[in-house]
Amino acid sequence: MNKTATGFTKKLDIPTPKEKLRHPMDRYLRTERFPHIWCATCGIGTILTAFISGLEKSGLEQEKVAVVSGIGCSGRAAGYLRLDSFHTTHGRAIPFATGLALGNPELKVVVISGDGDLVAIGGNHFIHAARRNIDLTIICINNFNYAMTGGQAGPTTPIEANASTAPYGCYEFPFNLPYLAESSGAVYVARWTSLHIRRLAKSITEALLKPGFSFIEVICPCSTLYARRNRLGTGLDLMRFYHDNALIKHGADTREIDIHYQDRIVVGKFIDKDKPTFLQKRDKFLRGKLGDKFVPYKGPQPI
Amino acid sequence: MTYWRVPLDLDQVEIPHGNIQIIVNQCKGCGFCVEYCPQNVLAMSTDFNRKGYHYPNIIKQDLCVNCNLCEIICPEFAIFVIEDKPRHPNPGDILKGGGNHGS
Ligand SMILES: Cc1ncc(C[n+]2csc(CCOP(=O)(O)OP(=O)(O)O)c2C)c(N)n1
Ligand code: SF4
Ligand code: SF4
Ligand code: SF4
Ligand SMILES: [Mg+2]
Repeated sequence: MNKTATGFTKKLDIPTPKEKLRHPMDRYLRTERFPHIWCATCGIGTILTAFISGLEKSGLEQEKVAVVSGIGCSGRAAGYLRLDSFHTTHGRAIPFATGLALGNPELKVVVISGDGDLVAIGGNHFIHAARRNIDLTIICINNFNYAMTGGQAGPTTPIEANASTAPYGCYEFPFNLPYLAESSGAVYVARWTSLHIRRLAKSITEALLKPGFSFIEVICPCSTLYARRNRLGTGLDLMRFYHDNALIKHGADTREIDIHYQDRIVVGKFIDKDKPTFLQKRDKFLRGKLGDKFVPYKGPQPI
Repeated sequence: MTYWRVPLDLDQVEIPHGNIQIIVNQCKGCGFCVEYCPQNVLAMSTDFNRKGYHYPNIIKQDLCVNCNLCEIICPEFAIFVIEDKPRHPNPGDILKGGGNHGS
């Protein structure tokens, strides 16, 4: 029996498991680094779970998949995955991933990172990787702010939303990420929320198996900063908000799916088309110019 | 699983069943699993785990249909289900007022 601050006695009934339970996803996780840093009711962990289920369904070998992240709460994802993974500097996940994908075309390279990392400081890399149709899968965790550094307004913060650098509300026009990805050249574009776990996992499988630049935006609750500053409750309240306000509209015109503050969120698969990847195009083009003189790069060879 | 009438092929109906496992001290009490379990199998505890969070308790283990939703919605990798032998529906699965004639 312990005495509590209020003077009442309450039995602290802390259960101790007899043996360590092993979660079935543990084989994909660096559990030695747990507990992870994400706050209670943050949605990033759920997206990581969806990624693992999507990866499992894709049938890709664990050794043939690499995950790259930048900096931010979302950027911690790579570090918790028991795959070849790399935590790059802020904004540079895509250039690092591009190098990996071109240097070892056998690898499926995935980037999991935040909205600030991918489309603010890393925005230039994003549009050019999409333009060149580099074989990458990009999962952008959009929590509408720079969470890790204290909830500043970023390129996806909706107009009116409060942020630490926008105390009267944000007045800048935000990016509409699916539209940005499509117009830059992405061959697969989808948007889900962290509530749509099964559909998200299915999209992740499709994106992983799609050659070329595939992009999935995942709207995610940031309970500690975005939700708290805007008095939106906990992550669970935001999940309920997604439940009531997400509208599934496959094939929607990406020009019409901007996100407004606490308004309906159009989700779905918007683009799924075929286009030669950077490497396919290069090889075909140079073979056309050089004929037999062209020796395509085959990736790392045993010495 | 609830039925609004007694299924005609009652003897052949099999309901998938799962055994829920909770890694209590890994939970951060978000409540996602409790809120979204389609069978309302779980409820938040009044007790705390080692981190000081309420965690889910299993209140209706019998009703778990092994859908895995709790497992994939949990941001903490703190809950999972192990497939168990499917079971046959019992009278508790038929909604009150339901009858053979599907009234
Ligand atoms: C070059 C550089 N500039 C700024 C920072 C500070 N910084 C760290 S994380 C971050 C923003 C991350 O935002 P986002 O990518 O949306 O991730 P979140 O934390 O929201 O998941 C910033 C600006 C940095 N680490 N490096
Ligand atoms: S600050 Fe926000 S995004 Fe970062 S871990 Fe906490 S809830 Fe998640
Ligand atoms: S597996 Fe499905 S039915 Fe069983 S506890 Fe989890 S969410 Fe509920
Ligand atoms: S979803 Fe996971 S972290 Fe959240 S309450 Fe359930 S077991 Fe705990
Ligand atoms: Mg962010």
